[in-house]
Amino acid sequence: MRTLGVYLSGYKKESFLAPFFKLLEVIFDLIVPLIVARIIDIGIANNDRIFILQQFLILLLMAAIGLTCSFTAQFYAARASVGFATKVRQALFDHIGTLSFTELDTLGTDTLITRITDDVNQVQNGLNLGLRLLLRSPFIVIGAMVMAFMINVRCAFIFVVAIPVLFVVVFSIMLISIPLLKKVQSKLDHLTGLTRENLTGVRVIRAFCQEEASLNNFDQANHALTKLNEFVGRISALLNPLTYLLINMATVILIYKAGIEVNVGNLKQGEVVALYNYMAQIVVELIKLASLIITLNKSVACADRVAGIFHISSSMSYPEETVKDFKQTDTAVSFDHVSFAYKGAGEESLSDITFSVKKGQTVGIIGSTGSGKSTLVNLISRFYDTTKGTIQLDGKSIKDYSRKDLCAKLGIVPQSAVLFNGTIRDNLRWGKDTATDKELWEALDVAQATDVVKAKKRQLDFKIAQSGRNLSGGQKQRLTIARALVKCPEILILDDSASALDFATDAALRKALHTYCKDTTTFLVSQRSASIRQADLILVLDDGKLAGIGTHDELLNHCNTYQEIYYSQFPEEQKQNKKEAAAV
Amino acid sequence: MTDNKKSKNMTTLFKVLRFIGRYRFLLILSILLACTTVVIQLYVPILFGNAIDQVVAAHQVHFHKMLYFLGRVTTLIVLSSILTWIMNMINNRMTYHTVKDIRSKAIQKISHLPLSYLDAHSTGDIVSRVIADTDILSDGLLLGFTQLFSGIVTIIVTLAFMLSKNIWITLLVVVLTPLSFFVAKFVSSHSYEMFHKQSDTRGKQTALIEEMIGNQRIVHAFGYESTASERFAQINEDLKEYSQKAVFYSSLTNPSTRFVNNIIYAGVALLGAILVPYNMLTIGGLSVMLAYANQYMKPFNDISSVVTELQNALACASRIFEILEAETESKEPEKELTDITGKVEIHDVAFSYDPSKELIRDFNLSVKPGMRVAIVGPTGCGKTTLINLLMRFYDVQNGAISIDDTDISKVTRHSLRHGFGMVLQDTWIKAGTVRENICIGKPDASEDEIIEAAKRSHSLSFIRRLPDGLDTMLHEDSLSQGQRQLLCITRVMLALPPMLILDEATSSIDTRTELKIQEAFDRLMQGRTSFIVAHRLSTIQNADLILVMKEGKIIEQGTHTSLIENDGFYKTLYQSQFANVTE
Repeated sequence: MRTLGVYLSGYKKESFLAPFFKLLEVIFDLIVPLIVARIIDIGIANNDRIFILQQFLILLLMAAIGLTCSFTAQFYAARASVGFATKVRQALFDHIGTLSFTELDTLGTDTLITRITDDVNQVQNGLNLGLRLLLRSPFIVIGAMVMAFMINVRCAFIFVVAIPVLFVVVFSIMLISIPLLKKVQSKLDHLTGLTRENLTGVRVIRAFCQEEASLNNFDQANHALTKLNEFVGRISALLNPLTYLLINMATVILIYKAGIEVNVGNLKQGEVVALYNYMAQIVVELIKLASLIITLNKSVACADRVAGIFHISSSMSYPEETVKDFKQTDTAVSFDHVSFAYKGAGEESLSDITFSVKKGQTVGIIGSTGSGKSTLVNLISRFYDTTKGTIQLDGKSIKDYSRKDLCAKLGIVPQSAVLFNGTIRDNLRWGKDTATDKELWEALDVAQATDVVKAKKRQLDFKIAQSGRNLSGGQKQRLTIARALVKCPEILILDDSASALDFATDAALRKALHTYCKDTTTFLVSQRSASIRQADLILVLDDGKLAGIGTHDELLNHCNTYQEIYYSQFPEEQKQNKKEAAAV
Repeated sequence: MTDNKKSKNMTTLFKVLRFIGRYRFLLILSILLACTTVVIQLYVPILFGNAIDQVVAAHQVHFHKMLYFLGRVTTLIVLSSILTWIMNMINNRMTYHTVKDIRSKAIQKISHLPLSYLDAHSTGDIVSRVIADTDILSDGLLLGFTQLFSGIVTIIVTLAFMLSKNIWITLLVVVLTPLSFFVAKFVSSHSYEMFHKQSDTRGKQTALIEEMIGNQRIVHAFGYESTASERFAQINEDLKEYSQKAVFYSSLTNPSTRFVNNIIYAGVALLGAILVPYNMLTIGGLSVMLAYANQYMKPFNDISSVVTELQNALACASRIFEILEAETESKEPEKELTDITGKVEIHDVAFSYDPSKELIRDFNLSVKPGMRVAIVGPTGCGKTTLINLLMRFYDVQNGAISIDDTDISKVTRHSLRHGFGMVLQDTWIKAGTVRENICIGKPDASEDEIIEAAKRSHSLSFIRRLPDGLDTMLHEDSLSQGQRQLLCITRVMLALPPMLILDEATSSIDTRTELKIQEAFDRLMQGRTSFIVAHRLSTIQNADLILVMKEGKIIEQGTHTSLIENDGFYKTLYQSQFANVTE
């Protein structure tokens, strides 16, 4: 809570004025029964029309002042809560930008999106309601009691007993039912899950003749939910009748007691009416207060979740400035006994990887699903830090680069081709916001995407929809490649980024890359042997280990894993090779 | 509302009433109880007023009469509390059981709906009908009824009680009350525009958030954070502006109506004070009138919200009835298909999903027991459709499919489907343990059998690496696509059915593992009639029969060698995937 308090500090005045004006309104509300009592006891008793009219005008005036106070309170509450939420949202968005992938993986993007949208909105609502109402209800309850004391001390004692009893009843019912309602929600979620399962798995369920079993499952969950609902319902069904009974019993006692007081001359009839009115106000406010507290409770939970994100800081730090040394080297990237395990994972995803790559070389990385190909290139872009061993770029530890310099060095084409809402030009300039159209077209040319853009009516100004829905998979992939090329990176990483391209385009792309980026060191992750066979160096990964390293021909001779992969894709050549071997 | 819509609403209402027929006594009882408690709760202030009237001044308190009124009050409030409690319980029972009934009816129905229906409706839509709509229906309709009746009763009884006290004050209240409606309407129509702008901007902001945070990797890789932050700040400022106004305007409704109420209250006090000396009203009567003036608005507000709720509930009801009244699969014949040898005959079959677009026609095929049939062809050529027909997920529109010389539409679906083991490209994992998922086809399998099947399908190594091995709980997204596919293959390896259907069964698995699974499949397919759909032609070269399909028809058939020699469409397909080797 304190974490978020900072963002309210700019709204100190508003957060004070909102409840203050609300209090003023309440005071006027509380005076009304007193005035009515005076109308009865003085105006009616003396049949004084002028007095009655005066009091009527006072009532109108108070209604008007009450309205003004209330408007003012609402105004400041809206300002403070919305202003606060705006600041929190911005700070949260920026904070998420600083988190490293280890944190993002643990939190999950869905969670983060919920935090910054729904949760912050909930906090805003909670703050708004809290500023307006949190003080109102207790103030009316206590105020009514104080007023009762001002009218008649003996009668007021009935309030002193009634209020705590009502309070206990209302809150214990709420407190018992809230955790139960949470259980209801989780049971309902379960039922929703089962319904979904019955639909998404319909082919499998029917193919394996499991209809009966899944219906039984559903019926059980349905029954359990109903039972729990009824149980909770029975408890909350008590709230209304109990409070009604209590408050009216208190009123009965109040009137009886008031009768005695009037009889001995301590109290007037109009004052009895006032006491009666105060009693009636209490119960309404107590119930309002209880439901307000439930809402606030939810908001506090949301606020805690939001604060939780602020408490997570990046596990990765970058130096402000890249460490300077002038050692010249022709090694672009080198891995020295590098191992890596994802946070919370039992086994290492990469273990003991050592290799080095010269500037301008093309490196192919191949291996089966889950062998660690993407993990390896993620380490080169420092999305994660190694758990063991070191990585050097240009002879300098990767950790010595500032965030900006590292970014400038690398061009990354991720596995999933994601483009953003905006024009093609906007998207291509992500890597270099000063790029000219000429540079853009060059990059497009290399990425084999010129045709894609030329085919669009507005060419570079073609508007891409959110997540590139208005483009095909292959088109998106080519544009993401172009995006990475625009900044002429020293190291280019293509993480299985040609998978949606047909073989001919793939081949043309590789050829163009070769001529365009002579000095660029290229990493090519692929499942296709054909895509990487011409690479200067091929890394073969198997279950996180380096199973082989070398050129295509070397590996085909020595590396078992590589042979298996290659021949599974080119069975023809296997037969041929066998024949040749036999001939020799 | 048009007449058409109205009559539709009426029919829906009747259907709902019929549906909740078994609870009609409860419903009537609930309404009666609601009305009774309303009358009592409105009568209590009058009795209090009468009691206050006995308290005139010092030495003028009529204790005897006062106690009489207070005694009646006590009896009535105890009675009313008990009745309210009973009513609440009845409402609970009614709503929760109706929801339960509807849901279980719906899911029963879904299990008998043809796939053509389920394929045509999105999962999310059906789920929300079964879960959310039923909730709204039961809440809105049942509680709506009770609230509607008690609201109307409240208004009538309040009016009657007020009239019995004083006609002028009653008139004052009745005439002035509509004012607060106008005020509320005025405020809400003015805040509407701001709400609209607010939700527009919020939508824009959410889109940006989803883009940037959802793709944080790319944002990070391109060092785009500061630009993203600026773009966010811009929208955020707009949102602040609109939100502040929307929140402020909408929060004016309550104070405004309260203001109108206060004016009415003051008016009642003034008029009452003038009337009392003429003996047209007692002091107790005035206090009753003041109490009523405060409450008079409430039932109107209740009723207006109930009306929207009821309309909402009816809309939900009609959505639910759409499912409950959908046409089910054709009736099950009684005959069972047993001891399947695997002879499959397809004779002059025609089928299409969309009547205006013909898909499969004049389809003929004869498969001997144990034959391995591969189906290839471009996307949308009808490969998967053929499988839908074999499994009777869809029924043929013309012609017949027979297994062991028995028309499959003449035997129970269960006995037919028991004959097939199926692995689909779309891998489905149910929420449950790995073991439960594997045992779907053979619930009584022993541990050894499971492990053997997992070994053969090469899923054992990754299962062992899971935190609890076979007993690891799985959720929809807890495994990679490839791992899920391996599990689905394990299912079939365990069930060992007499016939196999593999629809792109290894599409998400890398080529090396695929090769290993292929060996296992080869062994499994020995002696079993199998249908294989694959996009990697290398995996089907040793099929006994390859069907090349295009636009719903078999255009070529034969073995791999004969088709290559034939120099037709198959050869083009086959060569296209090796195009780059020859460069």
